[in-house]
Amino acid sequence: MRAEPTILPLRLRNVSYVVRGKKLLDDVSVLFTEGKRTMILGPNGAGKSLTLRLCHGLIEPTSGEVAWLGPGKDLPRLRHAMVFQRPVMLRRSALANLTHALALQGYGRRQRRERAWEALERFGLQGLADRPARVLSGGEQQRLAMARAWSLRPQVLFLDEPSAALDPGATSAIEEMIQAFHRDGLTIVMTTHNLGQARRLADDVIFLHGGRLLEHTPADEFFTQPRSEAAAAFLRGELLW
Amino acid sequence: MSHDNAFLAASRLILELDPTLVEIVLLSLRVSLTAVILAATVGLPLGAALAIYNFPGRSGLIVVCNALMGLPPVVAGLAVYLLLSRSGPLGTLGILFTSTAMIIAQMVLILPIIISLTRQVIEDLWAEYREQLRSLGSSTARAIPTLLWDGRFSLLTSILAGFGRASAEVGAVLIVGGNIAGHTRTMTTAIALETARGDLALALGLGILLIALTLVLNAIAYGTGRMAQRAAA
Repeated sequence: MRAEPTILPLRLRNVSYVVRGKKLLDDVSVLFTEGKRTMILGPNGAGKSLTLRLCHGLIEPTSGEVAWLGPGKDLPRLRHAMVFQRPVMLRRSALANLTHALALQGYGRRQRRERAWEALERFGLQGLADRPARVLSGGEQQRLAMARAWSLRPQVLFLDEPSAALDPGATSAIEEMIQAFHRDGLTIVMTTHNLGQARRLADDVIFLHGGRLLEHTPADEFFTQPRSEAAAAFLRGELLW
Repeated sequence: MSHDNAFLAASRLILELDPTLVEIVLLSLRVSLTAVILAATVGLPLGAALAIYNFPGRSGLIVVCNALMGLPPVVAGLAVYLLLSRSGPLGTLGILFTSTAMIIAQMVLILPIIISLTRQVIEDLWAEYREQLRSLGSSTARAIPTLLWDGRFSLLTSILAGFGRASAEVGAVLIVGGNIAGHTRTMTTAIALETARGDLALALGLGILLIALTLVLNAIAYGTGRMAQRAAA
């Protein structure tokens, strides 16, 4: 589908993130490869969101290196996008939220409208186009945020607990969108609290605990025979801290 | 003239669109509107920049802007007077006692209001938008127009506050304008003068119009606030 060169793989090498002497991420090394759906799991405070933010470039590691290694790494436009747990919608119409994001990437006026409409239609959101984005329901806003990310044609999409605040119906809609992104060839890196969701979506699982990466394994293997005791306890539903 | 008669005479002046009265009102509006437009053009981006950039001396600047919101108009007038007077640094322009001088004086009064109120509005918005905008690839500078547009309803209120202050003050325009009939006589300076001279009808007429103007402005401010709520600000 894509003619442009890939920016992947993404490599984190010995990445640590320290705030006021506290190591929130401790010597994490991992390689994200093309086309995979990777779920980042772990208890609260494990460093899941932090890892996504480091990958997306919102924050810089205290030490270590985050690097895109693919031949497309110098492409002029942002080739990876992120959807947050609570999407921030601008105080404008749903459509204008998409065209604004496209404008930031330097698309011309006509292309913005075309791509924005395409994204809305792709996910059945045309009916919301002229509604003020912030009066939409939580589920609608999150779908709009996903469509906004999709309209930028990213190669990689980071998702931070995209359905944590949503009811089951909206969650299912979000999961369908994630699967559609996957079919389009996007690489997905996502954090979730929902083990069922992780089972439904994961190709690979990264398990974090206390800022350390304990496992990076294929999903089948992780859910049947986790290597670390902490992951096994996590899967049994025990409280970890 | 009794006060009742003054009211009647004032009403007649308004209803008959007395030329002197109309001229004074139009001049006042022209001066204050120009001052507000210029102050907003400068103040909105400055206020937004003050909200989102971190630099040494930022806190001091914020305090100064907040303090200047309460600058006594006569002091602003005096400062602009010294600047524009024949021996002042801008004396060669020869614009003292013109409407341009009054516009400058009113700008000096309004600018801190617009900057300070804009900073407050944009600071809150930025806290909310910052991560999302960075994620979408917005630079800090590029965020300024985004934030100004998204704060449009609240910002309109701050602009109206500026206009209210400009149109209501006497001291600054009196000092730098000189209250010259047909030239720099505004509603407020005319009220001061006519009251002192005993021509209560014209003073009252202008006073009534000034209050009506304030009412209209507040109605607009209230209306935009309601619109903002509908858009779920």
